[in-house]
Amino acid sequence: MSVSGGPEYAATIDLDEVGTSAEPIPFDVEHIRADFPILERRSGDWPLIYLDSANTSQKPRVVVEAIEDHYLNHNANVARAMHTLGAEATGAFESARARLAKFICARRSEEVVFTKNASEALNLCAYTLGTRLRPGDEIVISVMEHHSNLVPWQLLAERTGATLRWFDVTDEGRLDLDGAFASGLVNERTKIISVAYVSNVLGTVNPISQLAGIAHAAGAVLVVDASQAVPQLPVDVAALGADLLAFTGHKMLGPTGIGVLWGRYDLLAELPPFLGGGEMIEVVRMSGSTFAPPPHRFEAGTPPIAQAVGLGVAAEYLRELGMEQVAAHEQEITDYALQGLATVPRLRILGPTEIRDRGGAVAFTMAAANGSAIHPHDVGQLLDARGIAVRGGHHCARPLHERFGIQSSTRASFYLYTTKVEIDTLVDALNYTRDFFR
Amino acid sequence: MKIDELYQEIILDHYKAKHHSGLRKPYDAEVYHVNPVCGDEVRLRIFLDGDLVGDVSYESAGCSISQASTSVMTDLVIGRTTSEGLALYEEFLAVMQGRGEMVPDEERLEDAVAFAGVARFPARVKCALLGWSAFRDAASRAISGESRKPEVEVQ
Repeated sequence: MSVSGGPEYAATIDLDEVGTSAEPIPFDVEHIRADFPILERRSGDWPLIYLDSANTSQKPRVVVEAIEDHYLNHNANVARAMHTLGAEATGAFESARARLAKFICARRSEEVVFTKNASEALNLCAYTLGTRLRPGDEIVISVMEHHSNLVPWQLLAERTGATLRWFDVTDEGRLDLDGAFASGLVNERTKIISVAYVSNVLGTVNPISQLAGIAHAAGAVLVVDASQAVPQLPVDVAALGADLLAFTGHKMLGPTGIGVLWGRYDLLAELPPFLGGGEMIEVVRMSGSTFAPPPHRFEAGTPPIAQAVGLGVAAEYLRELGMEQVAAHEQEITDYALQGLATVPRLRILGPTEIRDRGGAVAFTMAAANGSAIHPHDVGQLLDARGIAVRGGHHCARPLHERFGIQSSTRASFYLYTTKVEIDTLVDALNYTRDFFR
Repeated sequence: MKIDELYQEIILDHYKAKHHSGLRKPYDAEVYHVNPVCGDEVRLRIFLDGDLVGDVSYESAGCSISQASTSVMTDLVIGRTTSEGLALYEEFLAVMQGRGEMVPDEERLEDAVAFAGVARFPARVKCALLGWSAFRDAASRAISGESRKPEVEVQ
């Protein structure tokens, strides 16, 4: 497939004119794989099997070429250079913003703030929302959060005297809404709820619209960490009900170094600046400054321009494929993997073992025939020796592992280029690993 | 590099039956070390008997490399003088940082030479060093008399 990444961009962008609403292309994994040169390489003597996409995804050729084209042919700083290149770079940057806005069904481009990554976007939320907190206020997260949606809120609680509370999960790995309701977790003191859309360990898809209802009934703001959701699910922020939503570029076929914070425009307009510097100002006097409206208020300094261009092309690539189809493939592969992993003796899957409301990351622990656990590092090393890339450790979700009484796990995660043959090879290699540590 | 060169029999044997495992008294210092990347952890105690390392006891959780390396370390340092134990730490560290090009002295490092292959897997070097680093930390605390402070979390 082809996505154009050319220079002809207008400075202001009408969302209706971004991209075309062509018929979805039939989803053909082999055809898609041809767009990802890295998938053709070998790892040692083995063909590479990349099952670590929840960590970072691979990049299609069009994304890399768009970044190259930007640097080689259109490079200039944005929003300040008066020359032709400056106009081209600014146009490309703002066009990328529009593509992202369109991709997540934002009402307007100005609701998309570019950040360094999802962590920075979540820190931005914590910092700016935090200016409204007082001692005794409560922040609610969940025990399944990635550290990036946990530590910023811990720091905020320490700074403001607010109390940090959290949703537990059920033994199946679902958000424990009943338990939360019984304990009065969300109440009139709750000012912020921040949860993951899709867990990076359990794969659980959380009921965001329901949580939005719960948050708003309590007068709280709902922040969503959608890092694992936007790459694999169709996301419609206008319909979802969240107030702020963060995700990262590199997990959705884009480059590293760029993330996105989407926010309801009226909320963004109320929030104070996060980082100070160039680009985010209106008028600066030594006696004080006034600040630009969103999104630029939150984009101090030279932004990740080439990265935005690359991410815009990535979003367009996904949109042309059709996120419904990407999600359907993710479901099919994950279901196949859950069934395959269930055949490995003494392998325990963390999180839901059925495909309903489940994303494409499967974490598990395993033990040798004699019953002793095989550590995820050792599993990962043995798999790597067969060309298979997985992640082992606590996946930046240590409290969640503690909740399940384990120290770490192995995680296989899939994406639009993952094949069933690769899953079969994973299952074979896990059996080999068991035999190795017998 | 073949996987068998990393997972030598000696390593797997120590992993399956760790030597000197378990926390014991008496002790002069106790430390708690973790590898923040993966969560591998060791709580380690040292007892100094004059100049000698009287005992090293530990509780730990982690991968085969970190567990076996800790076990081998206790075999090497218990009964030696503390300064000899620390010198062995330095030698082992040099091998680990040698990118697989440093030939370890088998006379001195004994079973620990089995870890030479680990040096070719940069992601696993920290695993092999976890127990050793805890030993060095505990030894220096014991010597300086910081002694039996409750755990020091290195997270």
